[in-house]
Amino acid sequence: MMEEIFQLLKEKFPEAIVEIPEEAKDPTVVIRKEQIREVSLFLRDEVGFNYLSFMAGVDLPERFEVVYYLYSMGREPISSNLGPLAIKVYVEDKTNPSLPTVSDIWPSAFQQEQEIYDFFGIVFEGHPDLRRIFMWEGFPGWPLRKDFENRTFTFKELEPTRPKAPYW
Amino acid sequence: MAVALKTQEIVLNMGPQHPSTHGVFRMVLTLEGETIVDLKPVYGYLHRGIEKLSEGRSYLQAVPITDRLDYMCAMTNEFAYAVAVEKLAGIKPPERAEYIRVIMAEFTRILNHMMAIGFLFNDLGAYFTPVLYAFRAREHILDLFEWASGSRMMPNYIRPGGVAGDLPEGFIPQAKKLVAHLWKFADELDTFLSENEIFLQRARGVGVLPPEVAIAYGVTGPVLRASGVKYDVRRAEPYSVYDRFDFEIPTLPNGDVYDRYMLRLLEWKQSLRILEQALDQIPDGPVSEKVPRRLRPPKGEVYGRIEAPKGELGFYLVSDGSDKPYRFKIRPTSFVNLGVLREITIGHKVADVVIILGSIDITMGEVDR
Amino acid sequence: MTDLENILPYLGELIARWLRGFLPSWLVDMIMMAIVGLLIILLMVIVVMALTLLERKILGRLQDRLGPNRVGPYGLIQPVADVLKLLIKEDIIPEKADRLLHFLAPVIIVVPAFMVWAVIPFGKKLVAADLNIAVLYVIALGSVTSIAILMAGWGSGNKYALLGGFRAVAQLFSYEVPMALAILSVVIAAGSMSLQKIVEAQSPLPFVLLQPVAFLIYFICGVAETNRSPFDLPEAESEIIAGYHIEYSGVKWAMFFLAEYINTFAVSAMVVTLFLGGWKGPILPSYLWFFIKVAIVVYVFFWLRATFPRLRIDQLLNFSWKFLVPLAMANLLVTGLVTKLGLVYGIKVTAYWVGNILVGGLGLYLLGRFTPKKALA
Repeated sequence: MMEEIFQLLKEKFPEAIVEIPEEAKDPTVVIRKEQIREVSLFLRDEVGFNYLSFMAGVDLPERFEVVYYLYSMGREPISSNLGPLAIKVYVEDKTNPSLPTVSDIWPSAFQQEQEIYDFFGIVFEGHPDLRRIFMWEGFPGWPLRKDFENRTFTFKELEPTRPKAPYW
Repeated sequence: MAVALKTQEIVLNMGPQHPSTHGVFRMVLTLEGETIVDLKPVYGYLHRGIEKLSEGRSYLQAVPITDRLDYMCAMTNEFAYAVAVEKLAGIKPPERAEYIRVIMAEFTRILNHMMAIGFLFNDLGAYFTPVLYAFRAREHILDLFEWASGSRMMPNYIRPGGVAGDLPEGFIPQAKKLVAHLWKFADELDTFLSENEIFLQRARGVGVLPPEVAIAYGVTGPVLRASGVKYDVRRAEPYSVYDRFDFEIPTLPNGDVYDRYMLRLLEWKQSLRILEQALDQIPDGPVSEKVPRRLRPPKGEVYGRIEAPKGELGFYLVSDGSDKPYRFKIRPTSFVNLGVLREITIGHKVADVVIILGSIDITMGEVDR
Repeated sequence: MTDLENILPYLGELIARWLRGFLPSWLVDMIMMAIVGLLIILLMVIVVMALTLLERKILGRLQDRLGPNRVGPYGLIQPVADVLKLLIKEDIIPEKADRLLHFLAPVIIVVPAFMVWAVIPFGKKLVAADLNIAVLYVIALGSVTSIAILMAGWGSGNKYALLGGFRAVAQLFSYEVPMALAILSVVIAAGSMSLQKIVEAQSPLPFVLLQPVAFLIYFICGVAETNRSPFDLPEAESEIIAGYHIEYSGVKWAMFFLAEYINTFAVSAMVVTLFLGGWKGPILPSYLWFFIKVAIVVYVFFWLRATFPRLRIDQLLNFSWKFLVPLAMANLLVTGLVTKLGLVYGIKVTAYWVGNILVGGLGLYLLGRFTPKKALA
């Protein structure tokens, strides 16, 4: 079944696919970041992937990757639901990373994109409310990048960066 | 001559310290009288940096950290992590280990649903009585966990490759007695709570979640199944030995607070069915594969998921061939389920926000990680 | 047994005679009034202390655990420990609070609670002031509570307190109307507003057997008036933390606490006086019967608290205005009709029963028709 979906994608969006890694454990397809929205709409409406499980950001030495895992939900019997399809987007620019948002296509991406922005600094263009949800505005640095040290921070270091009350 | 009534909206902060927000969760409500116009959740009060911490530890050292994610049901967190690592490294644990994992996972599911029902009634105002009745039975299950693994809440028992140690002598007969007691207790709770008039008035029709909205927002677990969508990871992508047991996936049509409560009670009974079958069928044998202390899985990435009591819990692991994970991403159940909170509370009263939050059943350890 | 009956009036006579020896008569009267007042206040304080401990122990037993049992044997010195702690606590006033209102609210809530006890008959000759408009006095004092709660809510400068104050005022005045109507049926049946005469009119049958609908209405409204579960929205612990007394600590909070328990005891005493026969009973002295009956009613109050979840504010108000008020008015109609007909006692009882069953049955049937919340939809 995954073969047919790859076939469909190759026919419909030949220039969007960068590669289909063969040795990956879950079926993966790498999409160009400019066309992620059209591919997402196609996958949600025509093929039936209506459940975005999660989005993850990965910080590799040469680029950022944003991974989307898609499933379908609601079919009878349950085991006939479409299995995992991993969509990867390579973000080459490490100084100002950005890519289009999919939060209006799959609303579960709303919070996930806020989280990825908070931890990696990747800006999602078109997101209605992009803000840092776990750390505070003004926190120095992006925690999950590899160049952010994995050590303990002291109160004296972080206190000046905190916003002053009241803040909603 | 009509004069429009000018009302003023007030901003109320149901702050991080509150008896009913299930942990340190903060909601900024915009109220008009008692009706909610807007809700903004604020997270981060329990953020401990688990994802970054685990990048500096080996795969085995990360097991106690996964315990502390959803601290009320620790065994299933470890189970999800073990499934993910085994998928990555290509290990297959022995039969007896799989059965032990299923037994522990189903007991954890019952534990969680008992606590969720008890605290839902606490939010409603029945001053701790259902909580204490549920916790009395929960203590029996925690005694079993302590017997098997040495610790009640953070057991550190299910590891990649199998289970940490074999079950002690007499565990299986004791567990069978407990299962019989839990059947009676489920019926007892049903008699006390399901037909209570005040509960029906408060919970019917409150916080309705339509199925399309639930699927779009990525909600999973009892909240999804109470809206009528039949989806369970144990059937969609069977893991461990779940395909050998005979159990049903209950669903309910309405999707309000009452249905979520009723669904947890029904799932509890289905878990008891699985437990009876597993306790009968458990084979003898070794309980763990030989897994090196410093496990070095091959390069690659994988996503392993299970049906935790609150929904779909999964781990996305990226390995670069060394003994520490390169990226340790947790797919948190409660965080994704909370995305739908704003949708279903607008238009209700302040008193309803608390019970809707209680019916979604979150643990802040998972939301904030 | 008549000696035990009259022990307190006898002692009072002795003291008065001794004082008249060397003091003018008007001063002696004032001193006797002061002594009676002090006795009632002392009794109330002791009763409240006992009630706090009893509530915690009974709640604990209903929840399958022991109540407090560390302080003294069976926890009996627990109330003393609580009072000491409250007296030595620091008195914190928030910055944005309105100081005068914040100070006055506990005073205004506790004084009427004590004042109600001036008219309640403890025994055959034990009533502090046998007013012949005692019922009106009690209803009037019950309404002052809502003002005090609103003062507490507004004067604390806290939005939670304000929400609690709004809810409390709405709830309190909605439940006074059916309460007054239910009491009115008893007054018509007894023919007088004086509480002592109402108790004496309850032979041979107490009014609970003649007016069951009025009893139930008054009981429900009594629970609502004292802000107890399942009507404890103004101080809903799990939603708005402590509602209107969220910013009070120390002695001022003790005043709110005191007022709530005295009100609970007062409502139980009113239920007993109006419906359960007051101090009437064979063999034992009258004040013992009074306390036994009040204890049973107070136990039912605690039982309700441990068992039921609470209602939401709009469901509360709907219940009062759309169900209780019409029911109470229909009951009043039936009572007035039966009393006016002036029947022989046995037939009067039967007529009361028939009327009550009709009214009650119709009410429940209509309630079932219009609030169909089914368990399995």
